[in-house]
Amino acid sequence: MIRFENVSKVYPRSTRPALSDIDLDVERGEFVFVVGSSGSGKSTLLRLVLKEEGASKGSVLVAGQDVGRLPSRKVPRLRREIGTVFQDFRLLPNKTVYQNVAFALQVLGRSGHVIRQVVPETLEMVGLDGKEKRLPHELSGGEQQRVAIARAFVNKPPILLCDEPTGNLDPTTSLDIVRLLDRINRTGTTIVMATHDDDIVDQLRKRVVELKNGHLIRDENKGVYGSGR
Amino acid sequence: MRLQFMLSEIWIGLRRNLSIAVSVMLVTMVSVFLLGIGLLVQQQVDTLKGFWYDRVQVTVFMCGPNSPEKACAKGTVTPEQRDSIKAQLGEMKPLVKNVYYESEQQAFDRFKEQYKNSPISDYLQVGDIPQNYRVQLADPTKFAVVASAVEGAPGVASVQDQKKTLDKLFKVMNVVTVGSLVLAGLMVVCSVLLMATTIRQAAFSRRRETGIMKLVGASNLTIRLPFVLETVLAALLGVGLAVGGLWGATAYLLPRVARVLPAAPLIGEGAVWVLAPWLAALMLVVAVLTSWATLRRYLRV
Repeated sequence: MIRFENVSKVYPRSTRPALSDIDLDVERGEFVFVVGSSGSGKSTLLRLVLKEEGASKGSVLVAGQDVGRLPSRKVPRLRREIGTVFQDFRLLPNKTVYQNVAFALQVLGRSGHVIRQVVPETLEMVGLDGKEKRLPHELSGGEQQRVAIARAFVNKPPILLCDEPTGNLDPTTSLDIVRLLDRINRTGTTIVMATHDDDIVDQLRKRVVELKNGHLIRDENKGVYGSGR
Repeated sequence: MRLQFMLSEIWIGLRRNLSIAVSVMLVTMVSVFLLGIGLLVQQQVDTLKGFWYDRVQVTVFMCGPNSPEKACAKGTVTPEQRDSIKAQLGEMKPLVKNVYYESEQQAFDRFKEQYKNSPISDYLQVGDIPQNYRVQLADPTKFAVVASAVEGAPGVASVQDQKKTLDKLFKVMNVVTVGSLVLAGLMVVCSVLLMATTIRQAAFSRRRETGIMKLVGASNLTIRLPFVLETVLAALLGVGLAVGGLWGATAYLLPRVARVLPAAPLIGEGAVWVLAPWLAALMLVVAVLTSWATLRRYLRV
């Protein structure tokens, strides 16, 4: 589903590559934790999948397409295949929960009929039914992240990228959020989650990929956070 | 649904940036108004030229008893000289369309009639305006041909071309035209720059929304169209106000100004309606091009 072939990324005006010579293969329906300390290249890895950045060397393949060769007018189509969740939620503060989730479908030109059906379903799935009319600032951090997940998933993308989704949450809420991601994963969605939350990684026992200074130093199934921190 | 969503996005955007949208509207209004004034004055000049050049005459003044001109040192024109001048003018057909004779008494009466409200007419006496031939030309620009033919002939005091007087008026009007077009050009540049700034600011104030749009894979068109349409809307409202102003100017202001030129044909409000679609189309193109170019720079994928 996602494949990195000898990928390096050097940011301009930087001495050290953010990623160097990464080989990685994520299968359809997998749940992968990308761990590593700050600056290890986790976010860059995700940005390459979204084509927010281009690789300096090597190629990134998403759903069989070479992302590096994708012309910019086809980038939106790529991003429709990928849902994204961030540490800082990125909700629109003046829209309600329902409107925030519906926005993702509206800008893709979905009909009102579809939106009225899919949005409540998705909100129910993430456990926010009954809170449709709330504004983001009236919600707890965990609830805001559920809205963000609903927005990322409402279009049913085959891939979900999560960049430290629990970074701003307390341990119990974090676990709830990751359980929710696990449920989404069981519907067949490929999930790549960058994190440095060792508790969660150790509890879920999923595939773990560890980055250190831009190098891939560990890739194991049912892994733990490990000693690399 | 899509249209409704787009309209609500535009509405939110305009409300959030109301003051600057209003300034785009006003700057557009001023630039279009000046542009329109320039073009309308030009049209008015053309109309007047057509009207007056048909009526413009060359006047051949003949020597009277008190004529100060050197050519009249030998005294008043004799009937023979008068006839020979007339014959000379008559030979110049088809350039000369018509020749009318005006006696001293007729010239006096006409002046009295034309300037009856002016104090000058009280001092005028019969004979102050010499007898003359009024020559109507088929082509009013060929004045020099007639002038050279009769100037210096015995009994001719001077040859006067009314067109010269008119041309002074037209020169003034041309200055108005050029001036307003130059100002209009500057104002159009202003509105382009203001539109660009507006869009930059709007793009910045809505970076959250556009960021999410990009993330979920909205097309470039969907992301940019609300910005373009907001600019177009503000610009077209400005054009609307300007056209209203131009209409007011031609319907009320022009007839007042034109009182000093009795019987002159004026361009009507119709000219404004003919011009309006062109002005609107011009600003539409300016708004779309400016906003698209700005968005290319400030709203990258």
